[in-house]
Amino acid sequence: MADAYIVGAYELPYRKAPDKSVAQMHGEAALGALADAGLTLADVDGYFCAGDATGLGPVSMADYLNLRLRHLDSTEIGGSSYVAHVAHAAEAIRAGKCDVALITLAGRPRQGQKGGLPFPGPEGAWEIPFRPVTANVYAMAAQRHMHEFGTTSEQLAWIKVAASEHAQHNPHAMLPRPVTVEEVLASPIIASPLHMLDCCVVSDGGGALVVARPEIAHGLSRPRVAVKGAGESYKGQNGGAIDITWSAGRMSGATAFAEAGITPADIKYASIYDSFTITVLITLEDLGFCARGRGGAFVADGNLISGVGALPFNTDGGGLCNNHPANRGGMTKVIEAVRQLRSEAHPAVQVPSCDLALVHGTGGFLASRHGSATLILERE
Amino acid sequence: MGESLLPAPPASPETAKFVAAAREGRFLIRRCTVCAKPHWYPRAICPFCGGETQWEEATGRGELYAFSTLMRADPPYTLAYVTLAEGPTMMTNIVDADPAALAIGQPVRIVWRAAEDGTPVPCFTPADQPT
Repeated sequence: MADAYIVGAYELPYRKAPDKSVAQMHGEAALGALADAGLTLADVDGYFCAGDATGLGPVSMADYLNLRLRHLDSTEIGGSSYVAHVAHAAEAIRAGKCDVALITLAGRPRQGQKGGLPFPGPEGAWEIPFRPVTANVYAMAAQRHMHEFGTTSEQLAWIKVAASEHAQHNPHAMLPRPVTVEEVLASPIIASPLHMLDCCVVSDGGGALVVARPEIAHGLSRPRVAVKGAGESYKGQNGGAIDITWSAGRMSGATAFAEAGITPADIKYASIYDSFTITVLITLEDLGFCARGRGGAFVADGNLISGVGALPFNTDGGGLCNNHPANRGGMTKVIEAVRQLRSEAHPAVQVPSCDLALVHGTGGFLASRHGSATLILERE
Repeated sequence: MGESLLPAPPASPETAKFVAAAREGRFLIRRCTVCAKPHWYPRAICPFCGGETQWEEATGRGELYAFSTLMRADPPYTLAYVTLAEGPTMMTNIVDADPAALAIGQPVRIVWRAAEDGTPVPCFTPADQPT
């Protein structure tokens, strides 16, 4: 028996929220995930959120929902935060710190809500003048990967193609139309060498998860998704001795696989953070799904398309086509993995006998500094 | 192609001497007094051994490690990593250059640009560019 289970998951169906507050959206997501689990706000005694929650860490949102808590955690590693929160919730439950953990995310970037850091980090003086906006930082990783390994824009485009093939079955997806490699390459360059269609969508929205101790999970009617392995890490500039062709997924993935006692070959479905196509390609190498430098060959020819390739990924359409709420994709990655493990993904993309899934988040900036979290989930 | 003024770097006690030297056209990096390794970005504590570090003047020469031109910006600009002759790789902008003519490995040299508050900021340009 696992130490903790994901018992509730909910993604807000909308992608544009002109008339809602961010706190209200967190609350709607929370109620959705608790209803999915068959629990209520009164059952929650652990709460987790990250920088998208407005106010003072987890305190303002907890007060908004008037939660009664004995455990709080606002670990902030960008879009990968929520992947880490699942692991932290399982750890807290194992340690007896809480019984029912609620994790929420929501935001409204389409309404002009600004992201970014509240205060510049120690690197600020040395980087802010050069305007690293996100796309151009990830783009440098793509360019360097192309330079060292011969990776091509066509190979990167296959990642978008796979996501779009999945998104056509998602009625909530922002970009539900399947695209071709040629269409990706014909889209305008945003930050060389990345095209517009190498980038994820910008969406309002959110989601929430509920993690519970086994004694509670076994009393609920929903399928149980066990937290089988977890890892986290970060990667920075190493004092200037940089190599931007790999990510912290190398460390977080190794930790998660070791804890789960399985290998990449055992994974039936993978939710891989897809802020940009290059994020997916480098992550797949770092997690060991293919050899270093071979990511381009691995993703080509539909290898990530459910029912077609060897590793179905992001079957909701991912951040590339479906949803990237609050500019943070970790929450929706966990949610789609839960759908797959419950056999509740869209039938057109449901992976048969999906008993083991991986979730990976990359938060921050691939080629400068980012956090990383990997989860291995198992259907019981 | 015109250039926009660069956002001002936040001031801190760890940047003051760098900025003062930059105002005299001198480019400083920091090196550890214990393990002797240079690093970037400059900091008081060596990122390799935890030792005390000190400023030294650098050549301002290096080569392009990676770059990306943000086409959706108006005007577009080129973010880059430059590996300095002294060893460390730093984030910068490439200026006075046709982005289409840039290549990884290309020699570059420092050229100062004023941020919007007047602080000199270390940018780079192709080394064969006339001064």
